[in-house]
Amino acid sequence: MSTCVVRGDKLAARKVGGEMVILSAEDSSMFLLNEVGTAIWEAADGRRSIQAIADVLCAEYDVDRATALADVTEFVESLAAAGILSVADEAAG
Amino acid sequence: MQSYHDVTVEVGGIAIALHTHSAALVRLLEHRFGRFLNPSATPDFEFDITVVADSEPDEESDLTVEQRDGCWFLRRGDFRAEWDSAARRGRIWQTLNPYGIDSILRIVHTLVLSSEGGFLLHASSAIRDGRAYVFTGPSGAGKSTIVSLAPDDVTVLTDEISYVRRTPQGYVAFGTPFAGELSDAGEPASAPVAALFRLGHAEENRHQRLDSAATVRTLMRNILFFTHDRRLVDGVLDTACDFASRVPAYTLHFSPDRRVWNTLG
Repeated sequence: MSTCVVRGDKLAARKVGGEMVILSAEDSSMFLLNEVGTAIWEAADGRRSIQAIADVLCAEYDVDRATALADVTEFVESLAAAGILSVADEAAG
Repeated sequence: MQSYHDVTVEVGGIAIALHTHSAALVRLLEHRFGRFLNPSATPDFEFDITVVADSEPDEESDLTVEQRDGCWFLRRGDFRAEWDSAARRGRIWQTLNPYGIDSILRIVHTLVLSSEGGFLLHASSAIRDGRAYVFTGPSGAGKSTIVSLAPDDVTVLTDEISYVRRTPQGYVAFGTPFAGELSDAGEPASAPVAALFRLGHAEENRHQRLDSAATVRTLMRNILFFTHDRRLVDGVLDTACDFASRVPAYTLHFSPDRRVWNTLG
């Protein structure tokens, strides 16, 4: 089944000096993403799958696809555990 | 028939009128908010307060702040309150102590500032030569210490909770009456914010510029939050980013010595 990566809806996020600052409205916890994390976050637009996000990273950075896929998978899993990203079934159509 | 008493507390240019039948509560409020009382101010918001008996006071019970149908509902062991921010009126039921109102005022100001561009910050602040300096950091970082070392020409705005508000002239720090049990209220003065300092201890005084991302992180770790409302959280983060782009921020490591004030500004 095709899946896509979705950002949480109770979050405020701003890019400041190349870093993404994410604030949870749920519990006021704060997450700080480095440059690569920020690129993954921005690519996770609710339509792209983990594989498609890895493709975006490959296009932006000098990284092979297997490494990019592993990095994106690990990143998405860690942010999903924190409740700020989730992996959902792709919308119909 | 009991008469109503009015106490108007003005902080950050926002006047909140408190109406109650309880003369005992009025005495507590006048003592608590002393220099921040402004009977001639036109109230921006008004609250009717009913003093209730100490049933089983549990001041340690968690504070809850919720919004339903356009009204805010605040509850803690020693008070509950309803506030219609659009109508600018609210009601408070509380036991006879000055701390409930102190908390309610902090919450109301925080909610107002989050949509108007400002914040309450765990920080001390002070004015020197018409410029305000804000000192933030976790407990033990030296927020109270640095203002206690201030020379005589310095006006202390607060040693605990700083009040920062966006104005057409830039960000302005205001004095606050919000103090812990062991500290004093600040002065009801204000000045444009010249710099934000994140405090740390060191043998020698030194400071170093923070970039905008580090400034936003520092602010967001220390801004007072009472709501889970996504729109207001968005507003606070916007304000922190805007503040970081306009006001210089530094780490300030200092030894507890008056000379640290010679290195500021």
